Amino acid sequence: MEKTTLFDKIWDSHVVRHVPAGPDVFFIDKHFIHEVTSPVAFLNLEKRGIGVKYPERTIATPDHNVPTVDQDQTIKDKLSRMQVEKLRENCKKYGIELHDLGTAHHGIVHVIGPELGVTQPGMTIVCGDSHTSTHGAFGAIAFGIGTSEVEMVLATQCIMQSKPKKMRISVEGELGKGVTSKDIILYIISKISAAGATGYFVEYAGSAIQSLSMEARMTICNMSIEMGARGGLIAPDETTFNYLKGRQYAPKGEEWEKAVSFWNTLKTDEGAVFDKEYQFDAADIEPMITYGTNPGMGIKVKDRIPTTEVMEGSNKTSYLKSLEYMGFQPGEQVKGKQVDYVFVGSCTNGRIEDIRAVAEFVKGKKKAENITAWIVPGSREVEKLAHEEGLVKILEEAGFELRQPGCSACLAMNDDKIPAGKYAVSTSNRNFEGRQGPGARTMLASPLTVAAVAVTGRITDPREVFEN
Amino acid sequence: MAYDKFTVLRDTAVPLPTENVDTDQIIPARFLKATERTGFGDNLFRDWRYDVEGNPKKDFVLNDPTYSGKILVAGKNFGSGSSREHAVWALYDYGFRCVVSSFFADIFKNNCLNIGVLPVTVSPEFADKLFAAIEADPKTEIEVNLLEQKITLLSTGESETFDINEYKKSNMQNGFDDIDYLLNMSDEIEAFAASR
Ligand code: SF4
Repeated sequence: MEKTTLFDKIWDSHVVRHVPAGPDVFFIDKHFIHEVTSPVAFLNLEKRGIGVKYPERTIATPDHNVPTVDQDQTIKDKLSRMQVEKLRENCKKYGIELHDLGTAHHGIVHVIGPELGVTQPGMTIVCGDSHTSTHGAFGAIAFGIGTSEVEMVLATQCIMQSKPKKMRISVEGELGKGVTSKDIILYIISKISAAGATGYFVEYAGSAIQSLSMEARMTICNMSIEMGARGGLIAPDETTFNYLKGRQYAPKGEEWEKAVSFWNTLKTDEGAVFDKEYQFDAADIEPMITYGTNPGMGIKVKDRIPTTEVMEGSNKTSYLKSLEYMGFQPGEQVKGKQVDYVFVGSCTNGRIEDIRAVAEFVKGKKKAENITAWIVPGSREVEKLAHEEGLVKILEEAGFELRQPGCSACLAMNDDKIPAGKYAVSTSNRNFEGRQGPGARTMLASPLTVAAVAVTGRITDPREVFEN
Repeated sequence: MAYDKFTVLRDTAVPLPTENVDTDQIIPARFLKATERTGFGDNLFRDWRYDVEGNPKKDFVLNDPTYSGKILVAGKNFGSGSSREHAVWALYDYGFRCVVSSFFADIFKNNCLNIGVLPVTVSPEFADKLFAAIEADPKTEIEVNLLEQKITLLSTGESETFDINEYKKSNMQNGFDDIDYLLNMSDEIEAFAASR
């Protein structure tokens, strides 16, 4: 039999029709929607006079523009309120399950999907959001789509897609102390560049990846899009099954046994061929931070910003423009630079494990005077656990401000904005110009690095704070 | 929704040689709060185009009356980042019908094809030629011929062919979108869904 990859297995089993000299008609098992990229899709359905074909396959939550304070009250911003109300209206009209503000499973769409057990191995999952790639951590093909495609999925449960090429990225070995999965992915992107995986779907493999928890795997798959990949996935294993077992939408009883035996077949055959392969050694990876305005512009915290002489494949003007925006010079050291804000949250690092890591780090310490520190849980479930485990108390004693779940300062559509010119070290996934507010300067890092920065007030390698 | 048909476009072009232009720059998140598809053109490249007081920034190309046209010639890795289709709506609404670059981000390219903005991928050398020609003469015209899959710099006659799959090509030519296609095969989809 032909040797195939995990990606092929899932993709090929979801093709309804191959269009001659065109894309595949691709069937979608699960569809997530939120308030920002769905209203126009619903509006167009109405204009066409058609409805939602399989409402039970779509799940909705408002996350992108919602306030992270006073969620029990009417949303003050008129336009945000209208989008959230539209989402409620549409869900009600078409019978779509909605996890509304204040309910037990409200949160960022990519956090609640796995929490509810909706996300499962072997599935195809889409959402009008590029970080849908997060769900690939379960061994699913998951990727972001545009609003026209949201409309297609609502209307037909299918989209038209050309099959991407396949890339495998293996990370072998053991991670050092203070090095997290966020550092792995920032390291990979810094090596491959922000466009290096465009046109590909990535499978992450190797012993370092296999050793990671589900939360940590999600962080990696989440940022696949930041190197241009359509998505990234990891073959399911015991870690995956243990995470899913008992969750609300996970199969139960006999169904569970059947599902697990199917999930166990979801692996890349030995000898299967990828269009491109990369191999990294976990021992080379250290705490990372970005210094520029795309996620490929990352370095080890201890290293200097590259000079224009050593840059490859990028034009100098764009590079210098990016550094100018950040207020940095080529060749400069970032370590020791003063920071104004830290943000712990987003679909990259807003899960319970991230909050635990930060809390453990700052326990008994205080944030630096110059730092404003925000923690925004990825979901109500995360918020609840953080309270129950006493993490909120630790964080508040350290001077962190806990906000209610949502995307928050990850994209600053609500009031959570970093002021112009200020530096924020964030656990989120994008350091684009203005991403965290007009003029805001974002540096991406792991929750541990962010915790270290919060305590020292400066760019710090978390391992140095450990040791003291 | 259906859009204007695209066959041959002959026009001047606007140059934006910056690399890695992400969709947050094309349309910042705070302008994504609409529930309809119109009006995004006003905020296209908002933070590059206007200062905090809302005054046009002189050095940004869209504020430079020397340059105009329905074609945007952009730097490498254009449209990376967020999947927001609003970025393409903003380009379309502003008046662009074609974006030329040596490299596009995937989702952005799909979004373009879905709403009738033609993404044309050229070689880095040809992109450089276009930038140089536009800089030398902002009134220089470019012809984008979808039928022949060819882009020509009219002043010199230099041209290059570009890829697009037959299905998408015919959609662009006819102003059709994928939903029309999918709705026409609903029986087949239903049978497939039932088997899952
Ligand atoms: S947290 Fe950030 S990246 Fe994740 S879905 Fe929300 S806006 Fe997008």
